[in-house]
Amino acid sequence: MSSSTPASGSPERRHRTLGRLARSRLALIGLGIVGLTALVGLVAPLFVTADPVAMDFGALLKGPSRAHLLGTDQFGRDVLARLVWGARLSVSIGAVAVALALVVGVPIGAISGYAGGAIDNVLMRCMDALLAFPALLLALGLVAIMGPGSTSTTLAIGIVYTPGVARLTRGVVLAERPQEYVQAAHALGQRDGWVLARHIMPNCVSALLVQASVNLANAMVIEAGLSFLGIGTPPPTPSWGLMLNEARAFMTSARHVAIAPGVAISLAVLGWNLLGDGLRDALDPRLTD
Amino acid sequence: MSGGVATYLGGRLLGAIPMLFLMSLVVFAIVYLIPGDPVDAMLGQDAERSAREALRHELGLDQPLWRQYVSWLARVAQGDLGRSIRAQQPVRDLIVEKLPATLLLTTSAAGIALLIAFPAGIVAAVKRNTVVDLLAMVGALLGVSIPSFWSGIMLILIFALTLGWLPAIGYASLTTDPLAALRYLILPALTLGSVMAGSVTRQVRAQMLQELGRDYVRTARSKGLRERRVVVRHALRNSLIPAVTVLGVQFSVLLGGAVITEQIFAWPGVGQLAVNAIVNRDYPVLQGVILTVALLVTLVNLAVDALYVVLDPRLRLS
Repeated sequence: MSSSTPASGSPERRHRTLGRLARSRLALIGLGIVGLTALVGLVAPLFVTADPVAMDFGALLKGPSRAHLLGTDQFGRDVLARLVWGARLSVSIGAVAVALALVVGVPIGAISGYAGGAIDNVLMRCMDALLAFPALLLALGLVAIMGPGSTSTTLAIGIVYTPGVARLTRGVVLAERPQEYVQAAHALGQRDGWVLARHIMPNCVSALLVQASVNLANAMVIEAGLSFLGIGTPPPTPSWGLMLNEARAFMTSARHVAIAPGVAISLAVLGWNLLGDGLRDALDPRLTD
Repeated sequence: MSGGVATYLGGRLLGAIPMLFLMSLVVFAIVYLIPGDPVDAMLGQDAERSAREALRHELGLDQPLWRQYVSWLARVAQGDLGRSIRAQQPVRDLIVEKLPATLLLTTSAAGIALLIAFPAGIVAAVKRNTVVDLLAMVGALLGVSIPSFWSGIMLILIFALTLGWLPAIGYASLTTDPLAALRYLILPALTLGSVMAGSVTRQVRAQMLQELGRDYVRTARSKGLRERRVVVRHALRNSLIPAVTVLGVQFSVLLGGAVITEQIFAWPGVGQLAVNAIVNRDYPVLQGVILTVALLVTLVNLAVDALYVVLDPRLRLS
C-alpha cells in the first residue's frame, strides 16, 4: 500500500469499494444470507409464535405439517421455532465474541507493532502461545474453566480469536510505520497515540473487516460445535449444535430433525464466508484497476 | 544444505523455547482455574478431614502456586502427566493408547484433502472463469462452510444407513484387521478432510493464478514450451512453497476438528478422551491432552519451517 493511496476511510475510496462490492454477485448473496440470519435472529419472536421449548408428547418426531412447518423433535417441540431462536443465539454469540476479539486484539496488535522491541516481543510470544492451541480445543478448555453456558462460550470464542486479530493488526501497523506520511506526522510534532489512532489505524480497517467476517463464520461453527459436544449451551435452550446432537439418535426414523439445523448452520456460515470473500476482493488494493 | 539452514533452524528451535514455556503456563492455568477442589473430586465431599489433608499434601496442593507450577513442569518435562482421577491410570498411558487412532484419522484426512485440493485448485486456476473453475470454487466454498458435525451426520445417513456401503461408527486397528480398519476410516476421514480440502483448494488456486501471471511464465510460454510443462514444471513448483506453510496451520485445524469427528463416529482418539474428561471432570486428562496436542502442533510447525527452507533456496542465503 503506497502512501499516495487514500486511506480506506476516505470517502472517495469508500465509494469505489462499495461499488466493487455491489458488482460482486457472490458478495451480495453472502450479504443477503447474513442479513437474513441476523433479521431472523432479531425479530424471531414476532413471526414464530410457537414456543421453542414447549413440549407436546402427542406429536413426537412428526414430519412437516401445517401446524409445524418443519415438523417436531423427540419432545414434540416445534423445529422451526427452535431453528429461528437458534439463529438468535448463534448470531449473537458469534457477533459478541468477534467484537470482543477486536476490542482486545486490536490494541494489543497496534501497541505491539508501533512500540516494537521488547514490548512487541513479549506481547507477540503470548499471542503465539495461544495460537499454538487448536481453536476448538482451546475453547473447550476455557469453557471447562468457566462452566457451560452462553456467556462462557462467548468469552471463550472471543479469547480464541484475539491472537489472530492482534497479529493481523500488528502486521498492518508494521507495514505502515515506515511510510512517509507517518514520518511527516511525527515531524509535525504529533504525539504517538494520535499518529497511531488517526493516521495508521484507518489502514487496518479493511483487513480487519475481512478477518471479522471470516471469524464470525468460524465463531458460529465453534459455538455450534461446543453445543454439539454437549459443553456449550445447555438444553433446553435452542441451539443449532445441540439440535444436531440430539437429532443423531433419531436419524433413521426422523431425518428432518437432522437436516433442518444442519442446513441452517451451513447457510449462515456460507453467508459470512461469501461476504468475507467479497469484502476481500473489494478492499484489496492490489486488485484495483 | 548449508550452514545457513542449520543456523536458521537452530534459531527457530531456540525461539520455540519461550513459546513452549508460555504454552505450559496456559495449560497449567486451565486446570488451576477450574472451579472445584480436585481433592473433592478424588475422595468425594464426605471424606475425613485428615484424609483430605494427607491427599492435599501428597498432591502438593498445600504448596505456594509457583512451587506447584515448577514441580508440575518438572514432572511434565520427564513425561509424567499425572494420574487420571477416573481411570486411576497414568494420563500418559491413556494418551499413548489413544493417540495412534487420532493420528491415523488426521493424516488420512490430510491425505484425502490434498488429493482433492491440488488437482482441483490447479485445474481451477488454469481454466480460470470457466464452468470448471466455478464448480471447483463452489465445491471448495461448501467444503469450508459445511461444519463437520453436519457433513459427518449426512455421510452416515447416506452411505451407512441408506446405502449400507460402510459402517456408521466404530474403529478397528490397522494392524489387526486392515480391511475393516479402512472401512471404518473412510467416512470419518472424509468428514474431517472436507474442510481442509476446501480451504487448500482455494489457496492453491490463488497461488497458481499469481504465479501464472508472472514474467517467467510468459517467458516460458514465449520460448514455445507446451502449456502442460509451463503449468507443472514452472508455475506449480513455485506455488508449492507457500502451500507447504499452510500445512502447519491445517494440522492444528485438523487436530481441533478431530475432537468433533471422533465424537460423531465413536472414534477412540484423544479428542474423545478430552471430551469425556470434561464431562467426568477428570482435569489431569484434559490438561494432558491439550498439552500433548499443542506440543504436536508446535513440532509440526517447526518441521514445516524446515521443509520451507529446504524447498526455497532463496531462504538459505538470507
